[in-house]
Amino acid sequence: MTRPEVWLVILLSGAITFSHRASFIMLGSRLKMPPLLRRSLAYIPPAVLAAIVAPALLVDSGVSVGPLDVRLIAMIAAGIVAWRVRSLLVTFVTGMALLWVLVAVFG
Amino acid sequence: MIRLSPAASAGLRDIAPILLGLIPFGLITGVSGAAAGITAVDMVFMSAVVYAGASQLAAVSLMGASAAPWVVLLTVGLINLRFLMYSASLAPWLQRYGPVARGLIAYLLVDHTYALSVIRYAKEDDSFDRRDYFLSMGVVVWLQWSLMTALGAVLGTQLPPALHLDFAVPLSFLALLVPLVTTRPALVAAVTGAALAILLAPLPYSLGMVIATLLGVAAGTVTEAVVSRRPRAEASSPTEPQGRAPEPEGRAPVSEGRAP
Repeated sequence: MTRPEVWLVILLSGAITFSHRASFIMLGSRLKMPPLLRRSLAYIPPAVLAAIVAPALLVDSGVSVGPLDVRLIAMIAAGIVAWRVRSLLVTFVTGMALLWVLVAVFG
Repeated sequence: MIRLSPAASAGLRDIAPILLGLIPFGLITGVSGAAAGITAVDMVFMSAVVYAGASQLAAVSLMGASAAPWVVLLTVGLINLRFLMYSASLAPWLQRYGPVARGLIAYLLVDHTYALSVIRYAKEDDSFDRRDYFLSMGVVVWLQWSLMTALGAVLGTQLPPALHLDFAVPLSFLALLVPLVTTRPALVAAVTGAALAILLAPLPYSLGMVIATLLGVAAGTVTEAVVSRRPRAEASSPTEPQGRAPEPEGRAPVSEGRAP
């Protein structure tokens, strides 16, 4: 993407996001949410985040331990930490630190 | 000194403990932007215009992966669909305010300002200034988010490549994702989304990610229909604004540190 394209994407993203936020607050009861959409809303965050994370696991870092890429190992460990601790900061710090250690040891 | 109304002071008191937890998320989003090649200026611009953390992180990572512009827009739109629900839920409380106030509230609507407001609005009567309560929280969260993403974006460009900062993007998504997977339908949605995203990864423009998301959402919705039919039919009134489909644990997709 060129820089003007990036700006355009940012502006349109902002417009879309604001239209969602403003929808009912600005237009009130004149709007009606389709029942199927209402039922699906809760599953959008897990599905979209998983779909973004998963392909990143296939990226080759150039450093591997046996058949496993160090990024994959760090990611799995961070996943376990996230599950136990449920803290963005702790998960993030653990994952980054582990990746650095693994690269330093096996790189 | 500016004199704050009682409702505005209440807002500041309620949001204070949450602000601390939001610091790392803003920083990480800024750093991730730098890792994906977005300039600090563009990142600040994005925080002001889009002002929605998870979708900003997604947009940045897709741009870094040379996704097509429409894929970025679709993804941002999907992630931020939850604001429709928040908007529907708050709307009945805000009818007496003018369009400018309501427009500002809409712009500042994020996970945490929403969550605190619905709880507080339900407890107070009509003498409570709901606008002041919301806006005091909203402004503080907005200021902090702008500052932290800017700081992260500037720091991110100064850091050496040996730090593997590109790993920060998937890592922060993982940290956001895991706490959301609390019910079986949510697990099915996540696993379906992940598996299909890997299978469809060869498709151009990150198209595979979009298809995987939509099918993951469908799988979660179908699972919910199956699960809720079996044990006890948990009634959720379709007229109630925030009446999300049955969620046994009652845990909304709002987690610590996950706003705006």
